[in-house]
Amino acid sequence: MIFLCRLFFFVLTPLLFLTACGPSESRVEEGDRTGFLHVGNGAEPSNLDPQTITGLPEAKIVSTLFEGLVELHPETNEPIPAAAASWEVSEDGLVYQFTLQPEGRWSNGDRVTAEDFVTSYRRKLSPRLGSRYAYMLYPLEGAEAYHRGETDDFSTVGVEAKGDHLLELRLHTPAAFLLDLLTHPSWFPIHPETIRSFGDLDEPNTRWTRAGNMVGNGAFRLASWRPERFVLVEKNEHHWRSGDVSLEGIYFYPINDPTTEEREFRTGRLHITNSVPPDRVSTYRDRDDPAFHSQPSFSTYYYRFNTTRPPLDNPKVRRALKLAIDRDAITSEVVRGGQQPAYSYVPQGDFTDYRPGPFFAYDPEEARKLLAEAGFPDGEGFPTKAILYNTMETHRLVAEAIQDMWAEELGISVTLTNQEWQVYLETQNRLQYDVSRSGWIGDYLDPNTFLDLMVTDGGNNRTGWGNEEYDRLITKANREMDRKRRNEIFAEAEALLLQEAPVAPIYFDRTNYLMAPSVQNYYTTPTGYRPYWRVELVSE
Amino acid sequence: MSRLLLRRLLEAIPTLLAVITITFFLLRLAPGGPFADERDLSPQAQAAMEAHYGLDQPLVIQYFRYLGNLARGDLGPSFRYPTRTVNEIIVDHFPVSLELGALGFLVALALGLGAGLLAASFRQRKQDHFIMTMAMVGICLPTFVLGPLLVYVFSLQLGWFNVGGWGHWSDRILPGFVLGSFFAAYVARLTRNGVGESMQMDYYRTALAKGLSKRQALWKHALKPGILPTIAFLGPAAAGLLTGSFVVESVFNIPGLGQQFINAAFGRDFTVVTGLVILYAVLILFFNLAVDFLQALLDPKLRES
Amino acid sequence: MNPVTEEKSTEVLLPGRNPMAEAWRRFRHNLPAMAGLIFLLVFFLLCLVGPWLSPYGFEQQNRTLGAASPGTMGEFGRHWLGTDRLGRDLLTRLMHGGRLSFLVAVAATMVSLFIGVTYGAIAAWCGGKRDAVMMRIVDLLYALPFTVFLILLMVIFERSLLLLFIAIGAIEWLTMARIVRGQVLVLKARAFVEAARSLGRKSSALILRHVLPNAMGPIIVYTTLTIPNVMLLEAFVSFLGLGVQAPQASLGLLINEGVSAMESAPWLLFFPSAAFALSLLSLNFLGDGLRDAFNPKE
Repeated sequence: MIFLCRLFFFVLTPLLFLTACGPSESRVEEGDRTGFLHVGNGAEPSNLDPQTITGLPEAKIVSTLFEGLVELHPETNEPIPAAAASWEVSEDGLVYQFTLQPEGRWSNGDRVTAEDFVTSYRRKLSPRLGSRYAYMLYPLEGAEAYHRGETDDFSTVGVEAKGDHLLELRLHTPAAFLLDLLTHPSWFPIHPETIRSFGDLDEPNTRWTRAGNMVGNGAFRLASWRPERFVLVEKNEHHWRSGDVSLEGIYFYPINDPTTEEREFRTGRLHITNSVPPDRVSTYRDRDDPAFHSQPSFSTYYYRFNTTRPPLDNPKVRRALKLAIDRDAITSEVVRGGQQPAYSYVPQGDFTDYRPGPFFAYDPEEARKLLAEAGFPDGEGFPTKAILYNTMETHRLVAEAIQDMWAEELGISVTLTNQEWQVYLETQNRLQYDVSRSGWIGDYLDPNTFLDLMVTDGGNNRTGWGNEEYDRLITKANREMDRKRRNEIFAEAEALLLQEAPVAPIYFDRTNYLMAPSVQNYYTTPTGYRPYWRVELVSE
Repeated sequence: MSRLLLRRLLEAIPTLLAVITITFFLLRLAPGGPFADERDLSPQAQAAMEAHYGLDQPLVIQYFRYLGNLARGDLGPSFRYPTRTVNEIIVDHFPVSLELGALGFLVALALGLGAGLLAASFRQRKQDHFIMTMAMVGICLPTFVLGPLLVYVFSLQLGWFNVGGWGHWSDRILPGFVLGSFFAAYVARLTRNGVGESMQMDYYRTALAKGLSKRQALWKHALKPGILPTIAFLGPAAAGLLTGSFVVESVFNIPGLGQQFINAAFGRDFTVVTGLVILYAVLILFFNLAVDFLQALLDPKLRES
Repeated sequence: MNPVTEEKSTEVLLPGRNPMAEAWRRFRHNLPAMAGLIFLLVFFLLCLVGPWLSPYGFEQQNRTLGAASPGTMGEFGRHWLGTDRLGRDLLTRLMHGGRLSFLVAVAATMVSLFIGVTYGAIAAWCGGKRDAVMMRIVDLLYALPFTVFLILLMVIFERSLLLLFIAIGAIEWLTMARIVRGQVLVLKARAFVEAARSLGRKSSALILRHVLPNAMGPIIVYTTLTIPNVMLLEAFVSFLGLGVQAPQASLGLLINEGVSAMESAPWLLFFPSAAFALSLLSLNFLGDGLRDAFNPKE
């Protein structure tokens, strides 16, 4: 017993000592004083090369380090000047001319020139670089052919430096959404000399993205990258807008688990979180917590059907499954994060002027009828199918709820299969699933970023579904210069898509986060970007 | 002794080779590749990536190429973190796991030996039962329950520690304790039984009869033979501490190697997984060797054979 | 030789009183062990029949009653332990999870028992060089990072209970092999085995009939102590999200769900953890009690 007493003495005394002289100032308070923002950023970034990244954790950091030609106004979502000071569009909508910022500079002091942009897009389109987002540049004349290796001659691609600060982009067909597209990291320029000093221009994964090596044109520069600890970016004094930038720097912390992240926030270690744990959202909302923020995100959570496997090859079966999902119950009783039930594939909201309204409604009656017409009255004889999802609590809960709904309303039994992310993706790509959970965040604010996914043999279609009429409508819409007419064609295409139902939209997601009161002028755009250069820290 | 050492080292080579081979082929036979992504990769780009990493070669060639690089100490590039090499990942994160493991080891030894000896000296009395029940509870509460509970009490309610991370020195206390306590319970049981048994032996009774105090007799005569089972357990325990850190690292958001391994396994990062499996195997071999050595030092019977 | 005389010969050759009865007498007086045994029996019975008696199915959802606190009145009866986020009755899920956890634990332990006993007995019986080589292989296998391989196997292959049994069983057999070998070596030298051997019995028959039954004590003890280890491994696998397939549940999975909800719905963590910890505690007490009963030193 004496030993135990001693043990407690030795353990507890230092602890008490610790509490007595623990840091009196929290990390957030210190940051408010010194001008450093502490942000939870989800996963560890896999890379920081703006031309090869695909994920949001990477994009959030990269968009502080690099700057595209235009960016979106945080409130109106209208394109406003960034690396380009102004631009002109030709009458036919095919030629865009950008005048770059006269004082635009790289973080090493070099001037940002139109030629840098041309070289950047050449690198992006080179097949050797292996960029997944190369298709973002396909609206450019000849870009697709160059990326597919059909030609080595980059002069066939519609990008040209007309002067030191004058850049011209030529498109093969008018693209009304081009300016939105330009806000995507795929269109960010890179500093060619820096990259060449670490290997060939289009050599993938060289060390130029390391702290100390990287040169960018963003409002911040990479100061430190400590894997699984943090990425630190500091104010770039060479940036043309550095006078307007109030932050001294930003710490991005990779915290995978939302519960841990929320606790870090509560104990004053983060200014802004990446997300809010689903089971905590209602707590925060119910008590009207001023720290809780929620914004619609331009993204859809949906289920894919493998249309190559019977009986899912029958549109009636797919439609029945689609109609038997009680989306209101899922958003209000299962995920409970303020998500909006989805009755269309393209997210509805104030994102764009495309608002075709709901295409269908929850209708278990009609679903049963359709299933009976397809030869499975009351679900009789319906083979056991599996819902595939990647391992994550929310996906599991939704899948369990839908499994229950289909059993209840249609009398069919499905099983659940969860796989790790990487395996799940490959299973989808190889069409080795029956029904699969999916999600898509729009790359730019235009219905095309969603509707284009489902064209026949599209790389991200992954349902085996194809429809000539649909393909024709999408092409036609993108050639249409009149916005109203264009939206009508898109609506026609979307109606067809949801009638055929290779996908069943479930809900439109939201970006939920917690933010300390000292943070001002922080915005999140619906496509997931944050213009950090606007952020100010105000401590009382 | 040196012959034993040499033999063990020689035996380690085929073991390691088997580990490498199994891991290498197991991973490549598995579904899911490192390049799968939500955003589709064009066939041209896919081919370019595979060529870049030499994945377009036949498997056997890849295997021997890997062994060749391994012999030079090069574990290859990571696929998930394409600008980092496996060697860099180990350099970045292994020290953290090692520190955590060492702390856990110290906690396990200090708590376990202390409690075990105390229980042995109160053998079959109330104190003994109390300590052993506590130790048992330590074994029965999974780390991923104990960890979050301690975080809740000490970080959220009392505000004594950070909820996670590995920056301030105080960040080490909770994880070290959680990791160590599980093994402390085992050490306590083994020590209590081992020392308790040797306290039944004639030589211990003789020592008492010769007038040594209970404490002196315990230290001088019962401890050394009684602690052998505990030492034999330290090899597996050290290995267990390293792999046990998988859970602790993820509960406390610690940038250690365990998290790297789990993420790499989930993300099909072939080279990282293989590299870390090799590292773990080497470590376990090393710990077992160290334990053999220690046992031989303490046990004259073993030394002779 | 006919079976009757064979029975007789065993009877005569067995040393002393029936060791089983002796052990049971000692065991009955061990309070923690008996308490453990009783808890296990009660919990096991509850898991076995509970799900049938419960008015709720383990996967039956009532989404309007999500995360209801213990004692809430449900559609078909009280939710004594509350409900989870989909409004499923926690008590029913706990009993169902207990079933699965026990199933995994027992099946995996049986796998390890089978491999371990066979391997150990053969090594000891053959003796000499073969024994040395076989045990050296065991030593080498000890040096493999098994948790690492367990994770790899679970990540790589399609998730199934069978794989879980085999993977865990394949890890746990090593110690069993050592213990059995030790026992068999001792017994091999005993008079009654020698006698049976001199009568020209086949080795396999000898091992099965004479040696293994007499090595039963340590085997039972170690088996009892293996089960909690297996349950911990299963929980660990569940923690990584590699466990049983939803909407199935194991105790480990329920605990894992509870951890993430520990502040909003603490009962989701408390009850599964308590059931898990008490089962493990009981199994350990039981194992210790059995060891003391079979191997009295004091």
